[in-house]
Amino acid sequence: MSAVTHREAAPGGLWSRMSLGQKQVIWAWGFLAVPLAFYAVIRFWPTFQAFYLSVTDWSITRPASFIGLENYKRLFADPLFWQVFRNTFMYLILGTPISLLISFTVAYYLDRVRFMHSFIRALYFLPFLTTAAAMAWVWRWFYQPVPIGVINDMLASFGIPQQPFLRSTTQALPAVLAPAVWAGLGFQIIIFLAGLRAIPVTYYEAARIDGLSEGAILRKITLPLLKPTLVFLVVFSSIGFLRIFDQVYNINTNDPGGPLNSTKPLVLMIYQTAFSSYEMGYAAAQTVVLFLILLVISLVQLRLMRDR
Amino acid sequence: MRFRHLLASVAIGFATLATTGAKAVEIEYWQYVFDTRVKAMNQLIAKFQEANPDIKVKQTTFPYADYQTKVAAAILAGQGPDVVQLFYGWTDNFIAGKMIRPLRAEAFPAADIERDFFPIVKAMKRGNDYYGLPTAVRSLALFYNKKAFKDAGLDPNNPPKNLDELVAAAEKTTKRDGSGNIVSAGITLDMAGQDHQWWREVLVRQFGGTPYTDEDTKVTYNDDAGLKALTFYTDLQKKHKVGQVGFMDEGQAAFRAGLAAMTIDGTFRLGSFNTIKGFEWGVTELPANAEGLRSNYASYFANAITTKAEGEKLAAAEKFLAYVSSPEAMKIWLEVVGELPARRAAALTPENTGHPIYGPFLKGLDYAHTTLFKDEAAQRQVAIDMVNRVLINGDDPKASLAKAAQDEQAIIDRAKR
Repeated sequence: MSAVTHREAAPGGLWSRMSLGQKQVIWAWGFLAVPLAFYAVIRFWPTFQAFYLSVTDWSITRPASFIGLENYKRLFADPLFWQVFRNTFMYLILGTPISLLISFTVAYYLDRVRFMHSFIRALYFLPFLTTAAAMAWVWRWFYQPVPIGVINDMLASFGIPQQPFLRSTTQALPAVLAPAVWAGLGFQIIIFLAGLRAIPVTYYEAARIDGLSEGAILRKITLPLLKPTLVFLVVFSSIGFLRIFDQVYNINTNDPGGPLNSTKPLVLMIYQTAFSSYEMGYAAAQTVVLFLILLVISLVQLRLMRDR
Repeated sequence: MRFRHLLASVAIGFATLATTGAKAVEIEYWQYVFDTRVKAMNQLIAKFQEANPDIKVKQTTFPYADYQTKVAAAILAGQGPDVVQLFYGWTDNFIAGKMIRPLRAEAFPAADIERDFFPIVKAMKRGNDYYGLPTAVRSLALFYNKKAFKDAGLDPNNPPKNLDELVAAAEKTTKRDGSGNIVSAGITLDMAGQDHQWWREVLVRQFGGTPYTDEDTKVTYNDDAGLKALTFYTDLQKKHKVGQVGFMDEGQAAFRAGLAAMTIDGTFRLGSFNTIKGFEWGVTELPANAEGLRSNYASYFANAITTKAEGEKLAAAEKFLAYVSSPEAMKIWLEVVGELPARRAAALTPENTGHPIYGPFLKGLDYAHTTLFKDEAAQRQVAIDMVNRVLINGDDPKASLAKAAQDEQAIIDRAKR
């Protein structure tokens, strides 16, 4: 005890000359150093590694040699890349607004439901807890032709011609997207509900006293105040749809991304290049491109939707 | 004093344990998960360990989808198997990555291998060295549902012998609903299954062509024969409407469910089809063409010794490889998995050749071809896409064939670099 008081009292020690604030900073960084170092090794190092690999021709089985921008040249000249690029954006352009619209509508009305509210909410959330692979296999069965496909059996019983769904180059992508949207709804609904609940009830009371219609309340109060929630969900779900993989891979494992590459997203192309053809360098170049797309889209969205 | 004695005996006990522990060499064997194969290998390992008490074999299995990646990653990291199972079509990749080592000629003389095994094992030979040996080989045959044949008024003991009879039988056995949808197929169409092999090594040849030349590095099916083969195949769905790609999801599933009268599949499917309870099925050789020409596709998984195995592990690995490619092991493999022995003497017994199920597969081995794939998955994808372009997009078969040939040549050329 006396030793401690003695040290604290001793003049000239670096530590004792620091202010409380400085000490706090040092302690904070001391604690932060561990996760930071961990993060750098686990996250940044592989990222830089990927950048480096993308300018080599590494193929797992052969040592890597530097080939400059060869992989990028090949990628941009590859018609498959542009097809996959289009597909990826189709997932984004269709998936994000549709899923947000549905989940907002559900959340908006669910917010007013008192009867079995938590139970219904849990039901919506259930698909989000399910493995994407298992879900994709169930939906794969839904889409089968007669006599086993649930949807086509129903169509056939109403005398409507059966649809090819996963065997069509035009229907396959929406067919794959549907379970992905459906699965994500639960999460978005929960977030929307939280956002709706965070709006003070007094605003609504005031608006109703002023005689505003429900539509006007929605436009003038609910939506503007939901903006932070909306920004989060738009960015979050965009990234999700740009990285779509498990649904696509599992719904058509015999011809992943097919038929004729009509459902293949960028991530699946990367996966196949890397783990089926072992062209790691080429796959790394594709990864870098995906990274840049994600980065740009997220930045643009954040900028467009930030509070002015 | 007593305590000391106790201590000494414990020490001696540990010492003996340690020495016996050090004596037993443990080697690792890796293969992919396929129920009957794992079961068969467990039996082989038990027998091998009984005969070689100083060697322990540990079997590791994981799903086929990650197989190559995991093996490559593990061996390159200095981990992984000492003896590994690999598809013959991956050999070049595994050699290039220095993952497997050539078999020592003293332990496995090439002359003996060539005398005793079916010639298709040559696909494991590079230069003068063999890089692995199979336990079993697989070929294709036509499976048919005897009940469906009987119901359609066909003789269940007289399956189609040529392509015309195949189409005729398929037409008779196809069932459709009021709107013309197939509810039970005459023949399964599944390019992602074995049909791409049937098309490449069988149909193309039967229509007068060859799929490749120059050790399978030059694609040569983009000609009249290839076009006829493709048209024959796609007509099964387009013209004759006896099958449908994607029907019941997979060809083998449709056949298992009794909703397809015929399917072309390999020996490896026997284990699964043997559990069918609802109907009796038969096997016959792949149909000949009008002139009676037959062809088949044979393939196999070989067992190779990895570069990781060294010293006493290498010796143990060699012993184990010799055992799993022995006639005794092949017999067990045939009984449990249903795959044909890779040694001629073990395969061509009167009992096997006269067998109603093994017989047609064994006959197929006589005239079978083995494609030397560069990137099996990608080359199969080319065939899948070729058929899809015709069936889904309605493309001209000629254009689709030309594009397939071009795409596949590009894959092969890239792999050569």
